Amino acid sequence: MNSAVLEERQDQVHRIGEGEFAMACNRDSLAGAVSQRACVFCGSRVVLYPIADALHLVHGPIGCAVYTWDIRGALSSGPELHRMSFSTDLQEKDVIFGGEKKLAAALSELIDRHSPKAAFVYSTCIVGLIGDDVESVCRKMSAEKGIPVIPVQSEGFKGNKREGYAAACKAMMRLVGTGDISGISPLSLNILGDFNLAGEIWIIRGYLERMGIQTVANVTGDGRVNDICRAHGAALNVVQCSGSTMDLALMMKEQFGTPFIRASYLGIEDMAESLYAIAEFFKDQDPGIVARTQDVVRDELSRLMPELGQYRKDLEGKRAAIYVGGAFKAFSLIKAFRHLGMKVVLVGSQTGTQEDYEELASIADPGTVIVDDSNPLELSAFIKEQGVDIFVGGVKERPIAYKLGVGFCDHNHERKRALEGFEGMLNFAQEVHSTVMSPVWRFTPRWGKNVAQGSGPREE
Amino acid sequence: MLLRHTPTEITERSALVINPAKTCQPVGAMYAALGIEGCLPHSHGSQGCCSYHRSALTRHYKEPVMAATSSFTEGSSVFGGQANLLQAINNIFTVYNPDVIAVHTTCLSETIGDDVPQIAEKARQEGKVPAGKYVINASTPSYVGSHVTGFSNMCLGMVKGLAVKTGKKNGKVNIIPGFVEPSDMEEIKRLAAEIGVPITLFPDTSGVLNGPLTGKFRMFPKAGTPVEALKGVGEAIGTLAMGEWASADAARYLDSEFKVPCRVLDLPIGLAATDRFIDALRKIAGVAVPEKIEFERGQLVDMISDQHQYFYGKKVALAGDPDQLIALTEFLVSMDMLPIHIVTGTPGKKFEGRIRELTKDMGRPVNVRGPGDMFLLHQWIKNEPVDLLIGNTYMKYIARDEDIPLVRHGFPILDRVGHSYFPTVGYKGGLRLAEKILSALLDRKDRDSPESSFELTL
Repeated sequence: MNSAVLEERQDQVHRIGEGEFAMACNRDSLAGAVSQRACVFCGSRVVLYPIADALHLVHGPIGCAVYTWDIRGALSSGPELHRMSFSTDLQEKDVIFGGEKKLAAALSELIDRHSPKAAFVYSTCIVGLIGDDVESVCRKMSAEKGIPVIPVQSEGFKGNKREGYAAACKAMMRLVGTGDISGISPLSLNILGDFNLAGEIWIIRGYLERMGIQTVANVTGDGRVNDICRAHGAALNVVQCSGSTMDLALMMKEQFGTPFIRASYLGIEDMAESLYAIAEFFKDQDPGIVARTQDVVRDELSRLMPELGQYRKDLEGKRAAIYVGGAFKAFSLIKAFRHLGMKVVLVGSQTGTQEDYEELASIADPGTVIVDDSNPLELSAFIKEQGVDIFVGGVKERPIAYKLGVGFCDHNHERKRALEGFEGMLNFAQEVHSTVMSPVWRFTPRWGKNVAQGSGPREE
Repeated sequence: MLLRHTPTEITERSALVINPAKTCQPVGAMYAALGIEGCLPHSHGSQGCCSYHRSALTRHYKEPVMAATSSFTEGSSVFGGQANLLQAINNIFTVYNPDVIAVHTTCLSETIGDDVPQIAEKARQEGKVPAGKYVINASTPSYVGSHVTGFSNMCLGMVKGLAVKTGKKNGKVNIIPGFVEPSDMEEIKRLAAEIGVPITLFPDTSGVLNGPLTGKFRMFPKAGTPVEALKGVGEAIGTLAMGEWASADAARYLDSEFKVPCRVLDLPIGLAATDRFIDALRKIAGVAVPEKIEFERGQLVDMISDQHQYFYGKKVALAGDPDQLIALTEFLVSMDMLPIHIVTGTPGKKFEGRIRELTKDMGRPVNVRGPGDMFLLHQWIKNEPVDLLIGNTYMKYIARDEDIPLVRHGFPILDRVGHSYFPTVGYKGGLRLAEKILSALLDRKDRDSPESSFELTL
């Protein structure tokens, strides 16, 4: 194994083709590891923050509000209230005497000024410790102001992002079922687990519209409170990013009987399969939908494929590494890279489950390294060993890749171009091409001979 | 209008910060600790804190930022984080092998009441700290002060944790540069070398957070203040602390505990503050100001004189950290500009007084607030528009909504590069800053001039 792997982490790393597949995961990060993971609050915040006409108040010291201030690029076609940063900025005296009064005053002022459709109040670590009764403050404010004021139990120390996703889903579930559902088409669905980064949800909604399907609620990209309140009126939930909103789908199924299917909008097959699965669901009610879906896919592919071919020419045989937050993205990315003639040689996630990793193992090539909750030393060692040409990751990984002289694609909060849908695949190809083929790498030191199975002239 | 939700009418707020002009202590402590050679910052709290701080610093510097975390769980929050920190110290020295672990606390570990110095001592007694290696610490609760306070506390932690009392003098001067860019730290070293003053600069992030692409990933770049140098700061002949907020505490501690006399100066941004810094260095060295530095000063004065008609009377709104704002305000006033709205999120009684003192001859009232936020600043701007904004990237919302040019300065800058490479301290830094201000103003003039008065030569 790689010497950069902590002994305690050996069972969170696996090499396909070496022994039986077993993976320890969803385990607390080891104390002292330079973990790439975040906390419960982070998970809740990223899921809920794109709801653009809600007030998002962070109850805690200033940092938690600052680090989540408009960092995700979740676009709105209307209100922009979600892009402001509101914090109770707890001080020492609040920690001693409690922050409930401050919270009530802050909520009262903000709701009066901005008239949001709902308010989310995020609990941070400190709130969990000092024992503020956020629930009761929210209840009072809700009664006083006549809008839902919803506590999000997102104390950071209660786990990793996963628990945060669950807290966010619980918070949204308080809205679902409270809205008027008259007039909703029988051919309707909610989009769950898309955050409209770079306008992606607009692309997906466009396809659905061409198929004749009404989208009731965006959960949560370009999201609106009233839409979420009437989400139970939709015939189907389509769940992407299974980690973040699967809990909401499960709760809605239990309470309202709303069925759900899983989907992915990244890459050609997954995008097409997702649309076909949706058509399949509705075809008994509207037999024409299958043909309409085929038209959408055919149209899009006939535009996409010739252009894609140009990029593939250069990228054939290049090697990719993937390290993402949720494992679901990794599946689609592996397939997307295959379309470009590329091979994924390292894949991992911060919060994958046993099931996720088994699925990854089943589609990965022999020799591919799979990691859970990794750290920079491990990642950089594997990148060098595997002769990687492009690394797909988040903000903290980008400069590590560049220092190694490796291309990078942000598939996380900081993507600047839509990567979903058929046009997203083209953007993805362009982005991969631009970074893998960048002339700047010609000016960087070459790697050692032991990784020469990677492409390009990499002699010492 | 992204900030369309900002009303012009100003009401007093007591329970709420909107669009903050500060962040929390730990990120400042982490930044300071990265300026020690071979040091791994360690965040004693939940893993989210560490992740956020690393992301924030990565976005600002576009460099790998390494730090470890105690990864608190619900259990550690009930029973205390001692077991986590002991395990962390052991793991870090075993796997990453730094020379120093710099532990900073978080609101979580502070409120639980973890005694970090005691835990570090326990780690030493249990043999978890190898010979010649160090664990230093700083108390940095997020509900006190700001990122600047955290930086200051970690500077103090370096002195407390590493300085050795020998009673000898090493003939060097300590310079604590403040919460400035790696490029600024490099420039301070250059100026001291030009004048011939041997210094220990701490912390020193130059080369750590503005390093070259080498084809290698190094957890610990070969840069930063060496541990040996930090051990000797108690033997220095004096300390120059740049900035009351970020640097004074460590300097005063050296003064009282090690009898190293200190002087607290403003950050050397702009003409007058740089003059005072150069003069202080010159006096310590007992030399005249070298010709080369006189030349640089002359260039800055020359450029300002060439362009002074464009600076004259331009109104400026600023947000940032107290030490930076004080120096910037003095610089702007000295160029005949009008800094009229100024906020910092960092608390500190002296701030408003210093700004009022620096602007008292402007002949007009100035809005200044510490602690304030960018929502208030925006409201002031709506009530009295300005020609220029100076501040971090978060100011771009106001810049766009009000259509005012923005010169980026401070922390964080998430959307431009340059701050890591080009200093704003010293005369050279003053030239860059003046050039940036001038370009922003003249680009706007060119954009807005009607064809009839659009001029080739300015």
